Amino acid sequence: MSQHTLDHAAASEVFNRDEPRVDWHDETLWWVRQKRDRASKGLPEWEDLREAASQIKHHVLSNMDVLLETFERNARKNGITVHWAANAQEHNEIIHSLLAKKGIDRMIKSKSMLTEECHLNDFLREKGIEVIDTDLGERIVQLRQEPPSHIVLPAIHLKKSDVGDTFHEHLGTEKGATDPQYLTEAARQHLRETFLTRRAALTGVNFAIAETGGFVVCTNEGNADMGAHLSEIHIASMGFEKIIPKAEHLGVFLRLLTRSATGQPVTAYSSHFHRPRPGQEMHIVIVDNGRSTQLGREDFRNSLKCIRCGACMNTCPVYRRSGGHSYHNAVAGPIGSILAPNLDMRKNADLPFASTLCGSCSNVCPVKIDIHDQLYKWRQVLAKEGYVGGFKKTSLQLAAKVLASPTLFKLSFNTARAALRIAPWAANNPLNAWSIHRELPDAPKESFRQWYEKNRK
Amino acid sequence: MSTSRESILSAIRNNKPDLLPLPDRFTFESGYPDVLEQYQQTLRMIGGMVEVVPDLPTVSQRIGELFPNFKEVAVTVPDLTYLADLNLDSITDPHELEYVNLAIIPGRYGVAENGAIWVTEQEMRHRALPFITQHLVLIIRAETLVANMHEAYRKIQVDETGFGTFIAGPSKTADIEQSLVVGAHGARSLVVFIIK
Repeated sequence: MSQHTLDHAAASEVFNRDEPRVDWHDETLWWVRQKRDRASKGLPEWEDLREAASQIKHHVLSNMDVLLETFERNARKNGITVHWAANAQEHNEIIHSLLAKKGIDRMIKSKSMLTEECHLNDFLREKGIEVIDTDLGERIVQLRQEPPSHIVLPAIHLKKSDVGDTFHEHLGTEKGATDPQYLTEAARQHLRETFLTRRAALTGVNFAIAETGGFVVCTNEGNADMGAHLSEIHIASMGFEKIIPKAEHLGVFLRLLTRSATGQPVTAYSSHFHRPRPGQEMHIVIVDNGRSTQLGREDFRNSLKCIRCGACMNTCPVYRRSGGHSYHNAVAGPIGSILAPNLDMRKNADLPFASTLCGSCSNVCPVKIDIHDQLYKWRQVLAKEGYVGGFKKTSLQLAAKVLASPTLFKLSFNTARAALRIAPWAANNPLNAWSIHRELPDAPKESFRQWYEKNRK
Repeated sequence: MSTSRESILSAIRNNKPDLLPLPDRFTFESGYPDVLEQYQQTLRMIGGMVEVVPDLPTVSQRIGELFPNFKEVAVTVPDLTYLADLNLDSITDPHELEYVNLAIIPGRYGVAENGAIWVTEQEMRHRALPFITQHLVLIIRAETLVANMHEAYRKIQVDETGFGTFIAGPSKTADIEQSLVVGAHGARSLVVFIIK
């Protein structure tokens, strides 16, 4: 968690000190990306599906208020209690009051990036309520007191030996054990006991259906269902952008979601909740927390189309080599870098720069968000608002001046070439961040301009 | 509560873009030459076992061979209740399902593209049953197989019951170094019998 105080570049530098581990992280995520490629190529209609998903989401953004009200009306008819939270604080307070009313001080939770965004666990812990995360990856990072480093693969930054050490310390597994089968079994036993003894379960929401007033939760492990069906109160937290108009649209999104995320054809469980079971309470908390502001930013509102598959992270050359924690935000990677500045421009001004703008994120996005364009646009906004400072600002201002003047350009490049021939260390030194992992080639004796002047007839 | 509701909705109204239409084209045909064959291939790929059988007595016989001497067996298939040693009617609290070793449940539709089977709470009787059981058997009829999810949603009324789920294979995780482990929190194995 100490990494939270470092900006992306500084945290990446720390992450990159262990080179074999970075290589492994890079290759593992690339392997997931390749699985996504194989799955997507199995469907000839893949590009049409992306286009359909994109258009449905555009409609959702443009009709958000109507869809949310329709959802609320239908969910109430189904016996689900609907709550609205303007921000993280209100979301956390609503959940706390629901638990307090029933005198519950222990809750289980399946994956919900929204509750990470709202720092729900910390909030409830301070109120004396214990929260246990039940997704295996999330449980691993929770035991280590770390945040997830990836929205779909929360413990992707860890090796099995790290997990073995963590489980040895907390779950009493054999010292030095690293077999994933053995470690998963230990977690299964530990969490089964938890499922059976907790009265409250919180889940995320993958899709909420306006037409029918229900919601869909997808997991591979079955943890959302184990929690929800054994609990006497099921609370589902959703960012308001999770709404879709009709159940028939689920066909599009469920076909895209897991193929994009992990290359599977669908998650093991895609559960559709419409009414509480007899004797159970079911609540849904609809959260804004900056989303309505983002909806008003024309250049950035498309980020709200996101279905949280993580494909943009797996493909991102910067994410793969800097790790999720370097983004100091609940959602890391390219999509996180366009969501985070909306939440806090000052704190997250570094993130839109954590990209090469190669565009791979936009190419794999199942709902066609223009991620790399938005990264570029955020840079302009952040600079204009005064959140880009120091060396980056000065050097770019200088570059702008030099590039705008042919005389200055000629003079400075002649000087630079001469300087590099005489003293290459001036550029290849640790003070120049660019040269840390690169070496400049030998400077040519003459420039193209000089060559051209000499050789033209 | 109502104040946040109003402020959120009014912020959305002020900030949303002009209305854009829903797409006309959002469902697609998969055109598998043989849906039954495709279903089996897909389910095996995602870690499930599948057998095509002529009738329920054959299912019963195969269950006896695959799960010999299993205790704590729960059955919701009307014609197979004799395989059960657990009376689901007497259970009111789902926590009592803790020790179920095998659950045998009918499914409504099977989806060839992803191996998923749609099961509602009407078939499962207790929502927790297909998840809490150690092993799961689902039984469907070959004529209920559909090619893809678009077709499945055309047949399903998602709010017909309070809960329904697509089950695709056994419970699994790859959260430790991306190594696939079957049997995370839900059923450790899934066997699908297709009656044809």
